[in-house]
Parts: sequence; C-alpha cells; structure tokens
Amino acid sequence: MSLIDNINKAFDHRIRLGIMSILMVNDYADFNMLKELLEVTDGNLASHTKALEKEAYIKVEKQFIGRKPNTRYAATASGKKAFEKHIEALEKLIGK
Amino acid sequence: MDSNKYLEDISEIKNMMSRSSRFISLSGLSGIMAGIYALIGAYLAHGIMTDAGRDYFSGRADVTGSDALRIDALYGIAIGVLVAAVVTGIILTIRKSRKSGEKIWDVSSKRLVLNFLIPLLAGGVFCLVLIQYGIVWLVAPATLIFYGLACVNASKYTLGDIRYMGIAFIVLGLINTQFIGYGLYFWALGFGVFHILYGAIMHFKYDKTSS
Repeated sequence: MSLIDNINKAFDHRIRLGIMSILMVNDYADFNMLKELLEVTDGNLASHTKALEKEAYIKVEKQFIGRKPNTRYAATASGKKAFEKHIEALEKLIGK
Repeated sequence: MDSNKYLEDISEIKNMMSRSSRFISLSGLSGIMAGIYALIGAYLAHGIMTDAGRDYFSGRADVTGSDALRIDALYGIAIGVLVAAVVTGIILTIRKSRKSGEKIWDVSSKRLVLNFLIPLLAGGVFCLVLIQYGIVWLVAPATLIFYGLACVNASKYTLGDIRYMGIAFIVLGLINTQFIGYGLYFWALGFGVFHILYGAIMHFKYDKTSS
C-alpha cells in the first residue's frame, strides 16, 4: 500500500485541518472560537464544518445561552482516530 | 510529491493545537518586575521588624507576638507588592498579546486564570485559617507551597516553563517548614529571586524571538 493512501482527503484543506486540530485538544469549541482562531468568514467556516459533519468526524450541538443561539462542535471518536492516522501519514511522508 | 505542503500542514496542526489550548502571551518581563517588587517589599518588611527590636536571624517563631511590631505596615507592604505585581503583569501581558495578535481575554486566557486561581484561593483561605488558630509560623511555607501548586496547575494552559518554577516553589515551601521563623527569607528567595529567574528565562526564550 502506498503511503499516500493514508492521506485523508477530508483533511486536505487548511481550514478543515485547523478545525480538527482545535477539536483534538479541546472538548468543545463554539463557532466564534473557531472563527477567531482560524480567521475565516462565517460562510467559509460553515461550509467546512458541514463537510466534516457529513463524514461524521465532528458533531454539532445547538443550544441556547440565555436567548442567544450557540453552536458548538466536538470531534467524534472516529474523527479523532481518522485525524491521528492522517497526522501519522503526514509525518511519514516528510520522512520523520 | 510536494513534501513542503505536508510540512506546512504539520506546523499548522501544531500551531492550532497550541493556540487553541494555551495562552502564550504571558510576559517574562512581568515576572522580573514581580520579583523586584517582592524583594523591595521583603527589604521594607525586614526594616520594620528590625525597628521593632526583632533579630530576624534568631529564627523565633512568634511573628505577631510583639506590640512594637507594626502588623498593619506589614499588611500594607504585602498588599502593595501584590497590587503592583498584578497590575504590571496585566499591562505587560496586554502589550505582548497585541504584538503577537493573541486575544487577551479569550477561552485560553480565561482557562489559565481559572486554573491558576483554584489552588491559589484554596491556599489563601487555608492561610487565613492558620492565622485564625494562631499557627502563624506555617503561613510562609503554606503560601509558597500553594503558590507552587497554582503554577503547576496553570502550566497545562500556557508555556510549560512555569511548571518548573511551581515545583521549585513547592520544594522551597517544604524546606521552609523545617526552618520556622525564617519565612521572610524564604519569601524573598521564592517570590523575589525565583520570579526574577523565571521571568528572565521566559524573556530571553520567548519575548525576544516574538518581537
């Protein structure tokens, strides 16, 4: 099997990579936290979270804090596993 | 294949992991300043004790026993040092975070402050209890130990070096328990010298490169 096969297409983008990195080390991150850290627009971030959600790599929780709607994200177990595999593949490819 | 892109990906992953979980703009300079304030405070406190006819090197335990000793002045010095150190720390950290583009009051800094304050406030209340029961000779070691625990706890949420300072404080506090009556010297060594050392290391390791 070629090394390149372990590179996960779902993570092959700076923003999706960033979202997963943040959710690996934080139990939760809300939409605004992701937006500030990644420095992206609402629409851009929403499309990337949707893509990861479709793969079931992250889960979305919508709730209300007071009257304000709040969307927060968490990595699923399979998302974490897939991302770890992706990091391993990257490290092998750069010859670590 | 383009291995540069993979390298970039790896560094982006590392960057996002640390930026989202650790507050990295703590200023090293503020550690140095806090240490200097502490040494000035210790010098003033030592003067007040000497004025009260107390030979500090005798190692006597009854710090609050004498009428001639101006306890209110000692409290005043302690509060003055604390306020000066915290205000300087906040100002320098705001300045540094502006430079690095990190938000001063975001999830990571809130988490840092909260986790630092939990052991520290527990220690503060515990020391008040020690004073309540008149066990004043254990206050100095207790402050050092709890401050050290606070630093170790906070180290998970900022650059790791603070962990070693915390451990040094805990060891110093435990040693202090065997040298009752010399609390002021242990304080000066911990809050003064340790802070200056830590601040200088942080300053040369991180502040220099980021500016």
